[in-house]
Amino acid sequence: MPTSLLTGIVIFVLATFLGVSLIQRVPPTLHTPLMSGANAVSGITIVGALVLAGSGTGWIAGVVGFIAVVFAMMNVVGGYAVTDRMLEMFRKEPERK
Amino acid sequence: MIPGAIEQLLYLLAAVLFIVGLRRLASPATARAGNRLSALGMLLAIVVTLFDRQIVSFPVIVAGLVVGTALGLWMARAVKMTAMPQMVALLNGLGGGASLLVGAGVFAESLRTAQAIPAGTGVTIQLTLLIGAVTLTGSLVAYAKLQGLMPGRPITFPLQQWINALVLLAIVVIGAFAAATPLPIFWPFAAVVILSLVLGLLVVLPIGGADMPVVISLLNSYSGLAAAMTGFVIGSSVLIISGALVGASGIILSQIMCKAMNRPLANVLFGAFGSASAQAGSAEASGLPVRSVSAEDAAIQLGYARLVIVVPGYGMAVAQAQHEVRELAELIEKRGGDVKYAIHPVAGRMPGHMNVLLAEANVPYDRLYDMDAINGEFGRADVALVVGANDVVNPAARTDPSSPIYGMPILDVTQAHSVIVLKRSMKPGFAGIENALFHDPKTSMLFGDAKGSLARLVSEVKAL
Repeated sequence: MPTSLLTGIVIFVLATFLGVSLIQRVPPTLHTPLMSGANAVSGITIVGALVLAGSGTGWIAGVVGFIAVVFAMMNVVGGYAVTDRMLEMFRKEPERK
Repeated sequence: MIPGAIEQLLYLLAAVLFIVGLRRLASPATARAGNRLSALGMLLAIVVTLFDRQIVSFPVIVAGLVVGTALGLWMARAVKMTAMPQMVALLNGLGGGASLLVGAGVFAESLRTAQAIPAGTGVTIQLTLLIGAVTLTGSLVAYAKLQGLMPGRPITFPLQQWINALVLLAIVVIGAFAAATPLPIFWPFAAVVILSLVLGLLVVLPIGGADMPVVISLLNSYSGLAAAMTGFVIGSSVLIISGALVGASGIILSQIMCKAMNRPLANVLFGAFGSASAQAGSAEASGLPVRSVSAEDAAIQLGYARLVIVVPGYGMAVAQAQHEVRELAELIEKRGGDVKYAIHPVAGRMPGHMNVLLAEANVPYDRLYDMDAINGEFGRADVALVVGANDVVNPAARTDPSSPIYGMPILDVTQAHSVIVLKRSMKPGFAGIENALFHDPKTSMLFGDAKGSLARLVSEVKAL
């Protein structure tokens, strides 16, 4: 997965601006699910954890990688599942007289 | 095996799914589908990684995935909606911890094989260690405070700011030395990790319970930054993009929270708000009369009201009284009254906390109004029913320049014809500030546990 440092910085800055404009559109009523959902996205570090755990280069990488995969996976699965649970509860008012 | 270019494009697709997913969070109607789209993107990223040629051994991975998934699902199912702030704090910590471990693992590998680390990667490894470790321990302290495992009030000691600054300086110096040394050495690495873990503890300890919304938002941002830094270390653009998105999200939420309290971020982080200085104003208002009301009389006011505005606060969450609130609201509606909910941005212990609780109790989200949208309506309201809120309705924020919360935007409950406050006792709120609202001639206090008081109100309104 080759990305040079400079390209990485460019991507980072642009993505930050994109993030700002996306998040500003989220209404306050959804701020809690936004946090838990965004939190699950930050579990993307699972990609690094998987590579580390699966590199087969000695026991240190194996042990550290295993814990990293568990943490990241809890972050990902827990985050998405609890967000889904919350968003399921948000309902509009049934038509009133 | 997937060819390199295709692999990169699939990662890009995953990032696009995250972005579209976040976009759909702009409305409660599309939010759930958006979250699922985002989850799909994550699944795609994981599957693509499993096909990466750097991965040669699967037993560890499979074990990690199974354990992590099981624990994650269990957490998500078991957690109560009132405990959501703790849950998010814990998830932040896990994300930061995972990034820390990946950074440490990459470093350990270079150490073992005595491989030189390029300067750019060296810097990003140090940043990953720093941010990941601070996120991990900082989140654990936030979790412990919110869960009641340790006191929620600010914990301060002499020279606190100086010690924190010194620790950070040490990390920067040692980290810079480590990054400038191509061949990896163990001790600077260990020092940076340990000092950063300590720093995480130190920075959250002096922050009190009601400032938690800001802290959680900020830690949310850090967990994203940690992931982005990990992306730099392993050269993965999908990590950089996703991490930056989350980093931006946390920063914006922190800003919104700070604005809602009319305090700069630095004051929240270093102010130790509500510890010592805040007691100053408490003498002034005490001794003033307080009007207590019986459930029967309060029920009569509510039962014949045309518009009731409910102001929920952290007390509602603590008492888990959201279902009783909805029950009472339905009764009032059945009798022809209208019920609206006024949500202050920092009510509760995390952004949007009240909204989730009321959603859980089946209150339609279009009944919930932001501060700016509802403040003009209090003048029309017959009753403002304050359920476990305190500082967000304290008129001192408007009238008393010496008050620690002076300048904080508040909900205009005193504009209503009458105010009923459900409160356990006359003890001041988190900030330790006396609330003149409780002594206002318009205000009547219904003392007791919010859940119990509401249940009594429900049966009294039924009996009308």
